[in-house]
Amino acid sequence: MILDSKIPPGSIEKKWTDHKFNLKLVSPANKRKHKVIVVGTGLAGASASASLAELGYNVHTFTFHDSPRRAHSIAAQGGINAAKNYPNDGDSVHRLFYDTVKGGDFRAREANVHRLAEISVQIIDHCTAQGVPFAREYGGLLDNRSFGGAQVSRTFYSRGQTGQQLLLGAYQSMMRQVGAGQVKLHVRREFLDLVLVDGQARGIIARNLVTGALERHEADAVVLATGGYGRAFYLSTNAVGCNVTATWRAHKRGAFFANPCYTQIHPTCIPVSGDHQSKLTLMSESLRNDGRVWVPKNSGDKRPPAQIPESERFYFLEEKYPSFGNLVPRDVASRNAKTVCDQGLGVGASGLAVYLDFNDAIHRLGAGKIKEKYGNLFHMYAKITADNPYETPMRIYPAVHYTMGGLWVDYNLMSNVPGLHVLGEANFSDHGANRLGASALMQGLADGYFVIPQTLGHYLASTKMGKVTVDHAAFADAERGVKGQIDKLLSIKGKRPAMEFHRELGKVLWNDCGMARNESGLKHALEEIPKIRERFWKEVGVTGNGQDFNQAMEEAGRVADFLEFGELLVRDALTRRESCGGHFREEFQTPEGEARRDDENFSHVSAWEFKGVGQVSELHKEPLTFDNVHLTQRSYK
Amino acid sequence: MNLKLRIWRQKDAKSAGRFQEIEAKNIAADMSFLEMLDEVNNDLIRKGEEPFSFESDCREGICGTCSLVVNGLPHGPEKGTTVCQLFMRSFKDGQTISVEPWRARAFPVLRDLVTDRSGFDRIIAAGGFISVNTGGAPDANSLPVRKCDADAAMDAAACIGCGACVAACPNASAMLFVAAKVSHLGRLPQGQPERERRVLNMVAKMDEAGFGNCSNHYECEAACPKEISVEHIARMNRDYGCSSLLGSERESKDLGGG
Repeated sequence: MILDSKIPPGSIEKKWTDHKFNLKLVSPANKRKHKVIVVGTGLAGASASASLAELGYNVHTFTFHDSPRRAHSIAAQGGINAAKNYPNDGDSVHRLFYDTVKGGDFRAREANVHRLAEISVQIIDHCTAQGVPFAREYGGLLDNRSFGGAQVSRTFYSRGQTGQQLLLGAYQSMMRQVGAGQVKLHVRREFLDLVLVDGQARGIIARNLVTGALERHEADAVVLATGGYGRAFYLSTNAVGCNVTATWRAHKRGAFFANPCYTQIHPTCIPVSGDHQSKLTLMSESLRNDGRVWVPKNSGDKRPPAQIPESERFYFLEEKYPSFGNLVPRDVASRNAKTVCDQGLGVGASGLAVYLDFNDAIHRLGAGKIKEKYGNLFHMYAKITADNPYETPMRIYPAVHYTMGGLWVDYNLMSNVPGLHVLGEANFSDHGANRLGASALMQGLADGYFVIPQTLGHYLASTKMGKVTVDHAAFADAERGVKGQIDKLLSIKGKRPAMEFHRELGKVLWNDCGMARNESGLKHALEEIPKIRERFWKEVGVTGNGQDFNQAMEEAGRVADFLEFGELLVRDALTRRESCGGHFREEFQTPEGEARRDDENFSHVSAWEFKGVGQVSELHKEPLTFDNVHLTQRSYK
Repeated sequence: MNLKLRIWRQKDAKSAGRFQEIEAKNIAADMSFLEMLDEVNNDLIRKGEEPFSFESDCREGICGTCSLVVNGLPHGPEKGTTVCQLFMRSFKDGQTISVEPWRARAFPVLRDLVTDRSGFDRIIAAGGFISVNTGGAPDANSLPVRKCDADAAMDAAACIGCGACVAACPNASAMLFVAAKVSHLGRLPQGQPERERRVLNMVAKMDEAGFGNCSNHYECEAACPKEISVEHIARMNRDYGCSSLLGSERESKDLGGG
């Protein structure tokens, strides 16, 4: 199958503008006749719901949370990038475009990234108009800070709660449409299958999590904005409810899964403390503006950090990468932390941590200024570790954070399944093999506010579709499949909680497909995961019944999907015989230990087609071409 | 450490509830409170018993999902902390800990420790927004905002919508939640055009959703994990008073044009 990315012709600066003009429109009177389902209410889903409803579409929005405001976008801390060039430091749309393509290690689509950079400026305007309380200077204008992978300050922020404030802006806009009757909100509903009629996405099966009832919902198009799959690793910075179920089940219905091996391991997280842990906590990348990363120069140096003199400290990022220093991109910072820990220089009880030290910044700026900038993060750190980061350096270690892979989409954000559109972290689009800090919020909102309102209309206006009701056989068929799986889970009556299998899977993925991968480890994982899956289906314990509020069953269903998905993640990593961004294959590195790409053989998107559980998926390649940036070995020295 | 838990069990909103006593054994001090509950639930599953339901998501104090009354206090004994950020080092070996859901007429129990807080969403849908459609916004720096106003708006906007304020209030009032949103939007120039109708509509919806009135106990501020100040309630009352007198008049004039 040939993957048509539908990238418009013309110069990169004009593609999106020309494309918008060439897209077909749905007239205002006809928009209300189209019903659109949006699944997920994070930045992408809420902004899409609000914007589509403002245009007049009949929007039905689903979330498995009790309220749309709970979506995990809310936890994003640091900020959102935009090429506003307010600080007059040389930023431009082209520079944001270039930094993002380079930051992604030249594995993203140029046209998508350029559109993202163009739209970034509109996002800030819109969110400000919504009342998002961005940080400001005394003169009343917006403040900026720096993030990794950039030498300009283009990150807008609301203290350490930027994701929360942007999400509340999108949520409020969506709730305004709920009040106006343009959005019908379905909370506590979990998407469990996609319904295809004549090959088009025409509805979903959702489970009412309170009553247990399976519901059929029909529509003219389905939009998935259900986030990333970082929880496949069990321990991650994701919320404990984050899951792959929606995208995985859509994949099983035919949607291609692209680049699943591109996972982002975030350098600054609170280290693992024990087996009981349910999640890891991120300390925002923005801390690297003022915090200095170091380890003792001598392995086995157990002195408290304050007693280690300057001359015996190894500021490994500053020394190795003088021009970017502590603000190198995430993949580079994470790998270097792993390297020094592997050399025995790590600190803390486990030796799997490095220091993030604010002592210099506190002396330079005063503790008050540091508190103003990062107060909530310092507070959170103190709560979790019982350490005071104003007095002693933070201890940090990389953790799974974000997933660049996701369902394959074309330039219009439509998957290879007609009518199924995928937004935000759930798609694979704009970040290539590594996402730069403060770019996830930008992408989620670009997709939801500015791209899908244009492209979905084109799909509806240019596609012939018959009337479909929920009595159609395809709905009964999909519902039967969902019910079958629920009944099966309940019938096992094993004694092991689903969480145990999830932890097992997580350990395999972290050890064999984490910050560094190699062929033998990946092959080992491919042997282990099916075994865990087999045990799961024999031994998992799910109490209660399906016609009821049943959290154990919800969790078991999500773990079952991770156990299938994990195998694809590893297979993709095994197939990609190069290192790029967040995918670091030990066999492929430069003499300095940096990622070595193979542009000749791997300058493509890997899009996988489902062939059955336990079967080897079929690989389709979308070639990537670079006409506007020069392919280079990334250097942050 | 070993603990004795008293967990509230309730089948649904209509059924009566009761406490179930469960032992929690070998609990590590660096576990979070919710990780301790996870382990207790896993033990129940291993015994073939039904685990109790409780909600959480981000487990870093920002999503507002977790909602437990621990020993009579919403989110437990630590000030300015959600229950997901509460760690077992705050408890002693052998201690008895009671765990209950939010208790408020407007938050009916769905199962065990899970309540329905959709009343909050209905209040936001009634007016907790600035009506601006995607696409037409002017440049973000075209309207300067005094830093003190932006900071004050951010203080109010830090609300996570967990409902601890309602659970703590003897009247189960939602005043702090509503006031925080009224203050956030009302402190910004962008929020001025709808200032009167916003507060009137949100308060009307709050009453309709079954929340009680404020009688100045300030339990809400004490329980708030984000330490949102009751000063916002005073601001809202002023806004509400002014809007009741002036707002309805302005609104009716607004409707006059062609």
